[in-house]
Amino acid sequence: MPFKIIASQCTGCSACEPLCPNVAIYEKGGTFTIDPKKCTECVGYFDEPQCVAVCPVDDTCVVDTSWPRRQASA
Amino acid sequence: MNAVAGRGRRTGVAEYIGEIAEHKGCRTSPGGTRTNCGSQAGQGDLPKTIWEKVKNHPCYSEEAHHHYARMHVAVAPACNVQCNYCNRKYDCANESRPGVVSEKLTPEQAVRKVLAVATSIPQLTVLGIAGPGDPLANPEKTFKTFELVAKAAPDIKLCLSTNGLALPDYVDSIARAKVDHVTITINTIDPEIGAKIYPWIFFNHKRYTGIEAAKILTDRQLQGLQMLTERGILCKVNSVMIPDINDQHLVEVNKAVKSRGAFLHNIMPLISASEHGTVFGLNGQRGPTAQELKALQDACEGETNVMRHCRQCRADAVGLLGEDRSAEFTTEGIMAMDVKYDAEMRRAHQAKVEDERAAKVAAREEELAELAGRKSEITLLVAVATKGSGLINEHFGHAKEFQVYELSTSGAKFVGHRRADVYCQGGHGEEDRLSNIIGAIKDCHAVFVAKIGDCPKSNLIKAGIEPVDQYAHELIEKSAIAWFRCYLDKLRTGEILHVKRDDAAIRQKALTSAA
Repeated sequence: MPFKIIASQCTGCSACEPLCPNVAIYEKGGTFTIDPKKCTECVGYFDEPQCVAVCPVDDTCVVDTSWPRRQASA
Repeated sequence: MNAVAGRGRRTGVAEYIGEIAEHKGCRTSPGGTRTNCGSQAGQGDLPKTIWEKVKNHPCYSEEAHHHYARMHVAVAPACNVQCNYCNRKYDCANESRPGVVSEKLTPEQAVRKVLAVATSIPQLTVLGIAGPGDPLANPEKTFKTFELVAKAAPDIKLCLSTNGLALPDYVDSIARAKVDHVTITINTIDPEIGAKIYPWIFFNHKRYTGIEAAKILTDRQLQGLQMLTERGILCKVNSVMIPDINDQHLVEVNKAVKSRGAFLHNIMPLISASEHGTVFGLNGQRGPTAQELKALQDACEGETNVMRHCRQCRADAVGLLGEDRSAEFTTEGIMAMDVKYDAEMRRAHQAKVEDERAAKVAAREEELAELAGRKSEITLLVAVATKGSGLINEHFGHAKEFQVYELSTSGAKFVGHRRADVYCQGGHGEEDRLSNIIGAIKDCHAVFVAKIGDCPKSNLIKAGIEPVDQYAHELIEKSAIAWFRCYLDKLRTGEILHVKRDDAAIRQKALTSAA
């Protein structure tokens, strides 16, 4: 399952954007959004999802349960 | 990463701190004795090259801060460290504290803003990048901004303020960008204390917590500091004084940063109120009182130069340190402005400021000569209402802050400032405002003003603070020394008795700019 950013909690600090190995994060109206089609949960790149690890607001980058689980492209 | 691996064999935290604190060797401050410079008034015994770097920098020279302005551009929103005293989400335009801004800027917008401000405020000498996150967690935006500003306005000094985590990786870039002033916030050198201040750091693609996080941060900060000073880049260390967490320990921090060549140590009081939404604000962690802060600053001053004139300004602050004119320079406003950068006009204006400064120093020295030969153990504090230029030129009722000077037979020394503005929440009445001001300067024997009404006058006298308006529009230091001489005379004739004053409060709450 990909991650999503809860817009109402996002401070728009942009810390996550350059860290995403899939370039899945982009700015939209002052806050940031994850493209669920591109997100691989950082599997194959890093031990932990980068957006979750760097986000200054707890529980703002969360698993998007509305999408099926994705695997990293080999 | 190397720093972490290198620490693996250590046995205990105490040994670790001992080693950091004992570190020897530096470039900008060789030897064991303090150089008389930095936050103090004049060149003193400072080498000419360093004096040239600091003399017009309001944050590095106490004297310069009466005359020269600085600005921060908020191009760096991302951060790699979480601090318990910071909440960058909170943005009140009327609030002044680090980490808070109203608008984020692109490097292109930032350079436009710098040109607009430098033209409107010709005494602007410094551009700093201080956030609202960490400049080195936003390296592209930060260095692009420096590059553009250096090209468009080469007379402006470049400055950055960092938590130090990424610093060792960017020392070369900093030197290349000709940034010659770097501030590192170092609140502790003890990872156990660090764990109480920093819940986590983000380092090498991983989130670290607790003591491990604090240890990485400390190592990187001290390593970065040393790398910078070895290259002759002037470093200031900021420390937030948090009572019962790092207050006593900051003396150790002071020694550790001094031995690595820090030029100036700025010990600031914790700003923490529940409405800021910070961890410390919400859990009721108090800030220090004015006396606690001054005692710690005095204890560290024996070791290194201590900055006492920091206003803990916003990451988008504009103007003299005691004022904030950021609201005059909105992005929309500056994009519409027709800006012609006039370096010649700025030079001429700054030459006039230099003449003013020289006259001020001459007047102070003359007055000091009058005091020569007097013997007295008495030291006391006085508050001054000023709008800048080193003059007593503000009405008591209009003052947003009071500058505090310590007077003794060796002269008048700037030791701090107290904010006196109307509070955001509650306390709108004149009565409340007056009692807030009295609370903020309760440790002072007198308050120097350009003008004061009868009602506040009598209230001040009742509180034991002498309102002094006879030196209106005159130079602060000269007037304060003259007043102190009269004070000593009156003591000698028995006309008055010297009484010790109470402690004073450092205001914690948000303020309104319309004070």
